[in-house]
Amino acid sequence: MDGTGYCGWCGRPDGACPDRAVCVRRRGTDPPRYCPSCARRMVVQVTPAGWSARCGRHGSLGVEADAPTPPVG
Amino acid sequence: MSDVDGRSTTSAQPVDVLARAEAEVLEAGRGLGEGALREVLSLPDSRLPELLDLAHRVRLRWCGPEVEVEGIVSLKTGGCPEDCHFCSQSGLFPTPVRAAWLDIPGLVRAARQTAASGATEFCVVAAVRGPDERLLRQVRAGIEAIRADEVTRELNIACSLGMLTGEQVEELAAMGVHRYNHNLETARSHFSRVVTTHTWEERWSTLRMVRDAGMEVCCGGIIGMGETTEQRAEFASQLAELDPHEVPLNFLIPNPGTPFEHYPVVEGPEALRTVAAFRLALPRTMLRFAGGRELTFGDLGARQGMLGGINAIIVGNYLTNLGRPAGEDLDMLAELNMPIKALNSTL
Repeated sequence: MDGTGYCGWCGRPDGACPDRAVCVRRRGTDPPRYCPSCARRMVVQVTPAGWSARCGRHGSLGVEADAPTPPVG
Repeated sequence: MSDVDGRSTTSAQPVDVLARAEAEVLEAGRGLGEGALREVLSLPDSRLPELLDLAHRVRLRWCGPEVEVEGIVSLKTGGCPEDCHFCSQSGLFPTPVRAAWLDIPGLVRAARQTAASGATEFCVVAAVRGPDERLLRQVRAGIEAIRADEVTRELNIACSLGMLTGEQVEELAAMGVHRYNHNLETARSHFSRVVTTHTWEERWSTLRMVRDAGMEVCCGGIIGMGETTEQRAEFASQLAELDPHEVPLNFLIPNPGTPFEHYPVVEGPEALRTVAAFRLALPRTMLRFAGGRELTFGDLGARQGMLGGINAIIVGNYLTNLGRPAGEDLDMLAELNMPIKALNSTL
């Protein structure tokens, strides 16, 4: 998983967010919901100090408490 | 003269609503009625500092200087059969949230994160209409694990598992759940525009059973779901009638895929006016900053809210949304010289 390819907040290909400002804003309020490698919806668990996300094909993204948030695509 | 609800009692000039609130709420500890709350919610921005100052003094007078800090976690995420129009966890809306189930070690880790923030409260939440046997087993096992962990054993545990039967209320009380959250969400007159799969009265019924079982009642809602100013006053009055131990105040996060995804974020001054009005309706109740405050208030607004009637706060992340790091809120409380409620003061 290279962390690029799709926006984690809208699932569109990098550079194709319908409203990039919305995705940037969501980066502050939401963990990524779409796998940045394949755009599948991920299973996400939010905890008080972090979050973890798992893609059925590409595995886990982030680690609780210190999950690095990927850039908006 | 006029009474606390703004009804004229003589032919003299009506007394300003904040002057009335000073006498009735600050001095006598009686919450404002719905009519007066409408006036408060209609005050111009130019009077906001005066309103916030009064709300802060009411909070200090009737609740004291301490701030209760809480962490929350979602035990069962997504796939909910209900249609709460604000919620990204409804299985009826095309939101990106997928169903997830937190295992017991994960729940204890979340409790540890909460304990590390200095919080005294840990609320376990599930996105359900009401708990089934499997969920109650998970809650029971989770509470036992938290109580067996040396880091988390002292935390007060609250739950939010939807609507309950009388038997389930008793079961949760017996597990040691000291507080139960069940939000009415909005005014009774607005509820059917927010939820259609159950009624406001069903929620009220659960809250009464919780109260009768001896658990503390936690009941609040979300501001910014298309309700009018009058309905905000109505909601505050209805909460005052319920007289909960705690009222969490959320501000709508327009989550993608929900029917409310295009609703505007509540603006800061309007949100602060609402916070202060709720304090004037509920002078003795714990009023908690909850979800959406980061988006609505930003850093400066959060400080103003803490100085405008709030005396409790959820730190860290929420159920599906992210908050700001707990340390930033704790630093803010330290700068404001607001002591954090200690565990030994809640036992």
